[in-house]
Amino acid sequence: MTVTTDVAAVLKERFPQVTGRESLDWPAFNVPTGQVMAVLQCLRDECAFDMLVDVTAIDGSPGRSPRFTVVWHLLSTVRQTYVRIAADCSDDTRPVMPSATGLWSAANWHERETYDMFGIAFTGHPDLRRILMWEGYPYFPLRKDFPLAGLETELPDLAVADETGAKVKPAPYMGGPFVAAPGRTMDAAEPRAGDQSWTEHQEKPR
Amino acid sequence: MATEYTFPDNAAKTAAAAPESPPEKMSISMGPSHPSTHGVLRLQMELDGEIITRADPVVGYLHRGDEKIAENMTYNQFVPYTDRLDYLAPLANNVAYAIAVERLAKLEVPPRCQAIRVIVAELARISSHLMGLGAFGIDVGAWTVFLYTFTEREKLYRLFEELTGARFTTSYTRIGGVARDVPEGWLDRVSAFCDQFLPILEETLALLTRNKIFLDRTAGIGVISQPDAIAYGLTGPNLRATGVPLDLRKDRPYSGYEQYEFDVPVGTRGDCYDRYLCRGEEMRQSVRILRQVIQHFPGGDWYARDARKIFAPPKDKILTSMEELIQNFMLVTEGPQMPPGEVYFEAENPKGALGFYVVSRGGGVPWRLKIRSPSFCNLSILPKVCVGAMVADIVSILGSFDFVMGECDR
Repeated sequence: MTVTTDVAAVLKERFPQVTGRESLDWPAFNVPTGQVMAVLQCLRDECAFDMLVDVTAIDGSPGRSPRFTVVWHLLSTVRQTYVRIAADCSDDTRPVMPSATGLWSAANWHERETYDMFGIAFTGHPDLRRILMWEGYPYFPLRKDFPLAGLETELPDLAVADETGAKVKPAPYMGGPFVAAPGRTMDAAEPRAGDQSWTEHQEKPR
Repeated sequence: MATEYTFPDNAAKTAAAAPESPPEKMSISMGPSHPSTHGVLRLQMELDGEIITRADPVVGYLHRGDEKIAENMTYNQFVPYTDRLDYLAPLANNVAYAIAVERLAKLEVPPRCQAIRVIVAELARISSHLMGLGAFGIDVGAWTVFLYTFTEREKLYRLFEELTGARFTTSYTRIGGVARDVPEGWLDRVSAFCDQFLPILEETLALLTRNKIFLDRTAGIGVISQPDAIAYGLTGPNLRATGVPLDLRKDRPYSGYEQYEFDVPVGTRGDCYDRYLCRGEEMRQSVRILRQVIQHFPGGDWYARDARKIFAPPKDKILTSMEELIQNFMLVTEGPQMPPGEVYFEAENPKGALGFYVVSRGGGVPWRLKIRSPSFCNLSILPKVCVGAMVADIVSILGSFDFVMGECDR
C-alpha cells in the first residue's frame, strides 16, 4: 500500500470539488454529500487513515440552510495524525447522509448516536435505532430548537405509564448555569440561565 | 407384605407434550442492574444452550445530556461535568477537557502547570486501573485482589483530597491552568506513595498472573483481532492488548509527555488475559513517569498569566484590586472569551482516547461540544466478541473491557 502524506494534494487531485475547511488544528475539508463515501474510502485506503474515531453532527441553527453538518474525524495509526471531513445535509427538515458502516464498523454506533441526537438518517446503516434515548422517543435532543430542560413525553414503559399516568417531565431550570449576553443593554445583558424562557411559575411556551 | 405402588408416568407425559419443533433459542437480558455489568449496561442475549448466538448491548441508562448542557454554559462551568464522565479517573478528564479548550484559545500553559497535570493524570490512571483490576478479580471469583487494590486506591484518594479538596469529583483544572498549586509537601507524599506502591502492586499482580483459575477464565477468552480493534475504533489498553502500540502520550505528546521516558506495553493475542497484563504494566509505567516528573518538577507559575480573558486572576488580587475584580466578574458571567473555530483533541485516558470536539462561534459558550468517549467505542465491539462465547465468559469479557457507563452514556 502506498501511503501519501499530503492529504490536501491527494484530495485536490482526486476530488476537485472538495474545499478546505477552517480549522485550528488538523487538516479539515468540506466535501459535497455525494462524494463523502468516496472521499472517506480514499482517505482510508490511500492515505492510511485507518481508524474512524468520531462521527458527529453540528446543528447550524434552525432557519439556516444547510442546517445540519455531519463531521467525521479520522486517525492514522501509522502517521499519528487526524483529518476532519465535513459534509452538509442537503435537506434541512429530513436530513440524510450515506452511512460509513461499510468502511468502518465503528461507524455503526456513532451514526446511531448522531441519528438519535440530531435525527440525521444514515442511508445504508444496517440497524438505525436510537441508542442513548429510548425507542419511540419523539424528539432529537441536540437540535438547537430543543430546549435544555426537555419536553414532556410519555414514559418509555407503557405498562407503567398506563397504570400510574406518569410522564417524563421537563426539568425546571431555575438557577441553572448562568451566562450573560454581552453587547446588549444592561437589563438584557445581565447574567441569566442559558435556557430560562420559562420557570416553575411561568408556563413553558409550546 | 408387599405394597404395590403405581407411579404416574411423568416421562411419557412430558414426551407427549414436547413440541415437534427444533429446540428454541433462549433470550435473556443481563442488566441493567447486574453486578458484573459495572453500572447500567444491559446485554440482550440470545442463547443456544450455553453458547451466545447474538448479543445486543443496550446503553443509555445513564444518559444525562452532557453535550446539550455544555452548549448552555461557559467553558469553565463545564469542568465539573467532566468529572462525571469517567468517574473513576475524574482528574484525567479534567486535564483532557482543559487542554482541548486551550487548543481552541491557542493558549500555552507554563511548565509547572503541565507537570502538575501529568502527575494528576498518571495518578488517575493508577487509581482507575486499580479499580478495574479489583473489579475484574471479583468478576472471575478472586475477591482478595479487590481488597488489595482498594486499599491502595484509598491512599490515592487521600492525595486527591489534599490537592483538590474532593476525593471523587475533583474539578481540578481550569481553562489556562489548575485550580490551585500543589500543597506543601504533597509531592513528597506522592513520592512516598510510589515507593510503597510498587511492591504491593507486584504482590497484587502475583495473585492473578500465574493463577490457574484466573488463567482458565481469561486466557483465550474474548479474543479481538488487530484489524477488528482498529475497525471498531478501540483505544487504550483494549487496543494495545491486540498488539497495536497506539498511545497518544507517545504518538502525539501533550502536556509535556515528550520529556518523560516510559514504555507502551502491548499484548500479543488480544484476549482478556492480555488486557489484564497491559493494565498491570501500565501502572508500573505510570509510577516511572511520576518519579521523573517529581524529580524535575519545574518552578514558576501554575496558570497562564497572560491569558487575561481566560483565567481568573489570583484571589488576593480580586479582593484588593478594581481591575482584577472586573476581570473576574466578566469571566464568571460571560465566560472565557474564545475565538471562533474548531478543534478536536484526544487525550490518552485510563480507559482509552477521550476526545473533545469543540466548535466555537466566539464568546464564552461552546456552540457544540462533542465528547468522544472511549467506553462507548470499546463497547461497540461487544456484539462481535460475545458471539460464540459461553455465558460465563461474558463476565470475564466485561471485566476485562474496564468500561464506565458514565462516560459511555454521557
